[in-house]
Amino acid sequence: MTDVAETGFAIHPMDQFIVKRFFCDAAHADCTTNIEWYEITNVTVWMAATVLAIVALMVFGSRGRAIIPSRIQSVGEMIYGFIYKMVEDVTGHDGVKYFPYVMTLFLFILFANLLGLIPGSFTTTSHVAVTVTLALMVFLGVTLLGLAKNGLGFLGMFWVSSAPLALRPVLAVIEVISYFVRPVSHSIRLAGNLMAGHAVMKVFAGFASMAVISPVAVGAVTAIYGLELLVAVVQAYVFTILTCVYLKDAVGGAHH
Amino acid sequence: MATEAHEAAAGAAGHSAGMPQLDTSTWGNQITWLLVALVVIYLVLRFVALPRIGAVLADRSSTITNDLAAAEELKQKALAAEKAYLAALDKARAEAGKIAAETKAEIQAELDKEIAKADVQIAAKSAESEGRIAEIRAGALEAVTEVAKDTAKELVSALGGKADARSITAAVTAKVKG
Amino acid sequence: MVELALMGKYIGAGLAAIGLGGAGIGVGNIAGNFLAGALRNPSAAASQTANLFVGIAFAEALGIFSFLIALLLMFAV
Repeated sequence: MTDVAETGFAIHPMDQFIVKRFFCDAAHADCTTNIEWYEITNVTVWMAATVLAIVALMVFGSRGRAIIPSRIQSVGEMIYGFIYKMVEDVTGHDGVKYFPYVMTLFLFILFANLLGLIPGSFTTTSHVAVTVTLALMVFLGVTLLGLAKNGLGFLGMFWVSSAPLALRPVLAVIEVISYFVRPVSHSIRLAGNLMAGHAVMKVFAGFASMAVISPVAVGAVTAIYGLELLVAVVQAYVFTILTCVYLKDAVGGAHH
Repeated sequence: MATEAHEAAAGAAGHSAGMPQLDTSTWGNQITWLLVALVVIYLVLRFVALPRIGAVLADRSSTITNDLAAAEELKQKALAAEKAYLAALDKARAEAGKIAAETKAEIQAELDKEIAKADVQIAAKSAESEGRIAEIRAGALEAVTEVAKDTAKELVSALGGKADARSITAAVTAKVKG
Repeated sequence: MVELALMGKYIGAGLAAIGLGGAGIGVGNIAGNFLAGALRNPSAAASQTANLFVGIAFAEALGIFSFLIALLLMFAV
């Protein structure tokens, strides 16, 4: 991006993703290097905001325990019913006991995505470190759960018994590869979507400094913001439903 | 390599080069806080929010089921009440019909009796009247006979005959009777 | 040499971004076919939206990979 800077206006679409110390004045100190694991950074702050938003919706919103729900309570109930039905439909009856875990993932990703859309905020889910952790938790959890529940029978899902015998070893290799690619695509999809959306918005926002195209740029930012709202919800949904699909392999036994 | 010059230029421009996502020095911090956040959310959901919302939803569905059952019961009651009402109405109608018939019969009987009594009275009256008429007629006949006898006697004597009272009476009587 | 490397980097990033077009075609194909099927049998459509999104997610993931390559070329190489 340096050569863009030379032409007079600079767009730094990636600067919004920089992790920095939160209680730190950038004019006097270095806020970005040598960040220890325990320090309060903008990641910490926005994750705390995510937690608070979830608590506000799910705990504070439902405090009335009303038979006729208030608006916030009915939003919480809708999300509950939506995810519960998804878990039940996709993983079957045995998967329902992992519902709190799936709900945690969904709510965290949804609220992190939505809070990230507040101008000037920090999108925690656009970071590969975060999404890879989330995806690895699902991947390792599903694999260990499958092995614990089905023993070595879990490995039977790589042996496609409906295919001709000669093809089976080849298919097994492909299945194994696709199995291990799962956490990669699972995490990169989420981070990539959010990173791309926010970067594109930033690029168009940068174009707004050019008088000739600024009306177009402002309109484009508005339109992309709407699209990003959709993406934020859809990606949370997709991450969750893929979690359910993977979970089905573990609880539903070997598929064929 | 090429990146060194690039990074130097970027540093001069006031922002760090490369993707912040790939800066592994911040990963520890991010992952730590992510795990803290997830654990907090999980515990809150698992032990507070989800049981509460689940209870509310179950409560609501049971309330709805109960209300529907109660509504069904009330509907049955209403139907039974309507049935009873209709039965009572029918009975009352039948009763009213009976009473009306009875009253009618009573009135008829009364009427018949009165009519019969009136008939008797009328018969008595007419019999009496007839008696009187017969009496008057008889009276009138006698008077006519008397007048005829007298007239005949006068006529006989005027014609120069000698009036025989007995024969004249007999002749007049025979004529009047005839 | 630095100029040449930069040039190659940007050209490579641009080429990698073409992959996103493939993802766009794939997603459009899935959505279009879903719509065609849904219009033919609207009663079954609601139960298949989950599959729709999973399919879109898979198709999109591959495009995101090429986008990632583009980003890596732009910022990380």
